[in-house]
Amino acid sequence: MPETPGLTVSRRDMLAGSAASAVIVAAPPAAARDDVRPAPPPSMPVAFEVNGKAHALSLDPRTTLLDALREHLRLTGTKKGCDHGQCGACTVIVNGTRINACLTLAVQHQGDAITTIEGLGTPDRLHPMQAAFIVHDGYQCGYCTPGQICSAVAMLDEIARGVPSHVQSDLMAQPQPTNSELRERMSGNICRCGAYSNIAEALAEVAGAKA
Amino acid sequence: MKAFTYERAKSPLDAARAVAERPGARFLAGGTNLLDLMKIEVETPTHLVDVQDLGLDKIQPTRDGGLRIGAFVTNTDLASDERIRRDYGVLSRAIVAGASGQLRNKATTAGNLLQRTRCPYFYDTNMPCNKRRPGAGCAAIGGASRQLAVIGASDNCIATHPSDMAVAMRVLDAVVETIDPAGQTRAIPIADFHRLPGDTPQQDTNLRTAELITAVTLPKPIGGRHFYEKVRDRASYAFALVSVAAVIGKDGSGRVALGGVAHKPWRDVAAEAALPQGARAVTQRLLAGAKPTDDNAFKLPLAERALAAVLAEARTA
Repeated sequence: MPETPGLTVSRRDMLAGSAASAVIVAAPPAAARDDVRPAPPPSMPVAFEVNGKAHALSLDPRTTLLDALREHLRLTGTKKGCDHGQCGACTVIVNGTRINACLTLAVQHQGDAITTIEGLGTPDRLHPMQAAFIVHDGYQCGYCTPGQICSAVAMLDEIARGVPSHVQSDLMAQPQPTNSELRERMSGNICRCGAYSNIAEALAEVAGAKA
Repeated sequence: MKAFTYERAKSPLDAARAVAERPGARFLAGGTNLLDLMKIEVETPTHLVDVQDLGLDKIQPTRDGGLRIGAFVTNTDLASDERIRRDYGVLSRAIVAGASGQLRNKATTAGNLLQRTRCPYFYDTNMPCNKRRPGAGCAAIGGASRQLAVIGASDNCIATHPSDMAVAMRVLDAVVETIDPAGQTRAIPIADFHRLPGDTPQQDTNLRTAELITAVTLPKPIGGRHFYEKVRDRASYAFALVSVAAVIGKDGSGRVALGGVAHKPWRDVAAEAALPQGARAVTQRLLAGAKPTDDNAFKLPLAERALAAVLAEARTA
């Protein structure tokens, strides 16, 4: 077993170490050395702002922004769905734009301003998008909802800023929050329960459009 | 994910040197593809050199009337740029036909060109894949190949290049600008940037070790009507079965490149001469020598029909 001082030994390491120890009895020492794992990389400092509050962390560089938020800052509103950028449950808003928090390293975000579902509104002071999801019943199990809401808020800002979409017929025209535009622009957020029509109603209400 | 160390480079040359100095080092731009592959340990860099601070996030006019797109410009910023929407519509349309809003906000111009195939056997580490492990074999050949290449493939690999953006770049004759660790720069025409798999499917591009993309330049606007027709299994957020990037002039002449059919964007200038004779005349030449599998033979008529749809639209006022 590695003898690195202060190393946190996981169950997996313990099992692997035990197996290697068992081998030592029968095999030459070289075989055991092959199983020695390199020490984890040194932690790195990173500082960013989450929901208006400054945070300074020291993290294994492998830590995704999603894991930094959930496991280190205990902001568990942001969800881990697929962890591969396919489902959108981890959507957060970084410097005003929505991204998948699972596909970015925390250390890439030095100095950034991050908004999670906890920063959009509170139970007492809901963000209009949160209120609209409740009014229109835009969820069943609710697991995708924080990502849907963060995505939706930033998506309406993208329309306002003139970011084009696949369903836009004239690239030079100001995009409008039509039903087909809203649905296309939200395709990075999957709802396993299939609450899409109610989600579309909620988006349309906030956008001031017809669902 | 395998352990790695991380640094932020201060200049393009610093970044190239940092990668050259350490075996197993890689550039990190948006990270949307690299981190995904690191999680399943298809990619196992020992060191990441982050290129976000290099000032490569601008789109600037070139002296000959074109545009120089910084390597770090995000897909969203590129598709949204007024000059791109006005003069290079095929590029804007190709970008917004790919990925999701979240991914396009993070993915970069250079990273999009460098993304790896989405061949399911490349992702499945329990399966042999010559691109992942040279010499291991190819499980896609004889496997589920519906998404895979119909032309330009080899006995070692039938993967396709997944980018939509690159297909538009090909039709626009974009040029990839790079810098190497010695400070040498070069300009690689997009036609020569991606490779066919041949005997070295592990090598997607003709970039050299530690060579950093700094920009992609577009020649001056060529006019015409711009189209990107993408056919996929669902209406949004899916890779192309077949895509057609086209710029068609008033007289019916123009340029065409296909996506979803090969290891690189597929274009043949000689085939384009047949555009005034219609879609079949073009795709017969463009896809001559195609060797589809039973699973993906449908891509040949699909490419013809997708181009026919583009040409029909081009004829409308």
